[in-house]
Amino acid sequence: MTTAVRPTTTTASPPAPKRGLRLTPAALIWPAMLYLILTTQVPFFMTVYYSFFNYNLVIPDNRPFIGFGNYATLLTNPQNLQVVLNTVILAGGTLILTLFIGGAMAMLLNRNFPGRGLLRTLMISSFLVMPIVTAVVWKNMLLNPVFGFFSWLVASLGGQPVDWLAQYPMASVIAMITWEWTPFAMLILLTGLQSLPDDQLEAARLDGASPMQEFRHIVMPHWTQAIQVVVLMETIALLQVYGEIYGSTSGGPGLATTNLPYFIYQKAFAEYNIGLASAAGVITVILTNILAVYLLRMINRTNQSNKGG
Amino acid sequence: MTTIPSTSAPVRRDKSRIRVRNTVLTILTYLIAIAFLFPLVWMFLAAFKTEAEAFASPPVFAFTPILENFKNALPSYFPALKNSLVAAVGSTLLAFALGLPAAFALAVYPTRRAQGTLTWMLSTKMMPAVGVIVPLFLLFRNLHLLDTLPGLILMYTTMNLPLVVWMMHSYMTEIPFAIYEAAKVDGASVAQEFFGIALPLSTPGMAATALLAVIFAWNEVFFAVNLTSSDAAPLSVFISSFKTSMGLFWAQMSAAAALTVLPVLIFGWVAQRQLVRGLSFGAVK
Repeated sequence: MTTAVRPTTTTASPPAPKRGLRLTPAALIWPAMLYLILTTQVPFFMTVYYSFFNYNLVIPDNRPFIGFGNYATLLTNPQNLQVVLNTVILAGGTLILTLFIGGAMAMLLNRNFPGRGLLRTLMISSFLVMPIVTAVVWKNMLLNPVFGFFSWLVASLGGQPVDWLAQYPMASVIAMITWEWTPFAMLILLTGLQSLPDDQLEAARLDGASPMQEFRHIVMPHWTQAIQVVVLMETIALLQVYGEIYGSTSGGPGLATTNLPYFIYQKAFAEYNIGLASAAGVITVILTNILAVYLLRMINRTNQSNKGG
Repeated sequence: MTTIPSTSAPVRRDKSRIRVRNTVLTILTYLIAIAFLFPLVWMFLAAFKTEAEAFASPPVFAFTPILENFKNALPSYFPALKNSLVAAVGSTLLAFALGLPAAFALAVYPTRRAQGTLTWMLSTKMMPAVGVIVPLFLLFRNLHLLDTLPGLILMYTTMNLPLVVWMMHSYMTEIPFAIYEAAKVDGASVAQEFFGIALPLSTPGMAATALLAVIFAWNEVFFAVNLTSSDAAPLSVFISSFKTSMGLFWAQMSAAAALTVLPVLIFGWVAQRQLVRGLSFGAVK
């Protein structure tokens, strides 16, 4: 028996069962806790610490304390406000598009028709594709002004070929990331729709509800939770978009598609400005966590209601 | 009595109208799905074209498939594949080693504090990577972990650990509590409950969780780009080397991309149902 026991308990001799039970669960939880504390909480506090210094890796020995100087630099430079604005437009624009397209697709797939299962399975593909592959394929093969498929499509419809990433950089990036995230919205929203009991809809129909009324009063209230999950999960993920930008526009042209994560990458790994990058990191964390608080509250609520039912 | 024919006729017309509407909606569904799949299909097709065919304008739809691109891409693909495999599997194993006992303890010995612990673990997932990358980079540099697979595994474990704890916690709470109680009556130790009951009974959950963890680690870009350069560079870094190719090697790039995406596509299609659970942390079932 003792061979199967992992060295998680510090007491070698078997104690009274009750005490053992009280001790061991904590010992089982602590390795995971400790790991997460060491790799997320500790580095974050170090980030906060660095953010108060004028710290550049090029001159590592001289790093004067400048208090909120980095934050002041970040928040007063209009270029940096552009970066914050880009982050919001990118996340918000993509979120709205994925909600509408994903929601429509979920409703379309929530009907009986031949090939439904296969379509549902295939539709999630773009979410599974590595972001960097998405970026490289879209940039080279679809959005290329001369040889790209979309330019040919526009030209063959009688339009002018377009250099998408140069002329409409943000719209192109949003289109690309929408392609990636629509399956996520669709999947969650479809699951939400499928958990709607049929008898509720039938009852509404018997009462003579129009399709619009049916949607507003039966489907929407039931759907709200799935929609909340999509909104919050996507917001948190989309605020952190990096690979797609790194692989396609590199934040350009100019600052047109630079969002906070890409900005921090540039400051830290191209300019070695650790202090400024850290301050921007802290701001991103604060932004994200304001949203995360809502998410955690909601999921806790759901967990409790699941346990009740 | 005269009302019967007058009502049945509109009903029949209604039915045929519904059938037409359904057909139209089905066709629409197929069209949207095809539009969404197109970029991927286009990429897979290009992998089998010659370079000239791959960036011909107007685009070539009919061509004789060749395998040369795969042959050309393989030599540089294999080292990156090895790194991706080691990082994905290694981090999944480490996340399981740390996360399974925690999930078990939180599921079988739920206290008020357990719920808080669970929530806190999920909250670490809300930490943007950019909030921790700078100190981690400096730390890795000092510990000589930059551009090494152990370094990458450590970060991917951080990424996947909350997922493993949450998913496995939700699978383990589904095991009927009576089984644990019966074991306890028989004098089973905590370790025996863990290895004898919780693990064997949640094997399907473990498989689903492992698939998701591997997918996430496989697709990760940020840590890969910033913490590796050549020796430990996984597929995401390898593929990003094509970003400056300016349309010169589309076919070869497509072949490499196809090889990179295909395993994850298959995993994801297989684990589709569990995907929802993992992606929403159990909030939508």
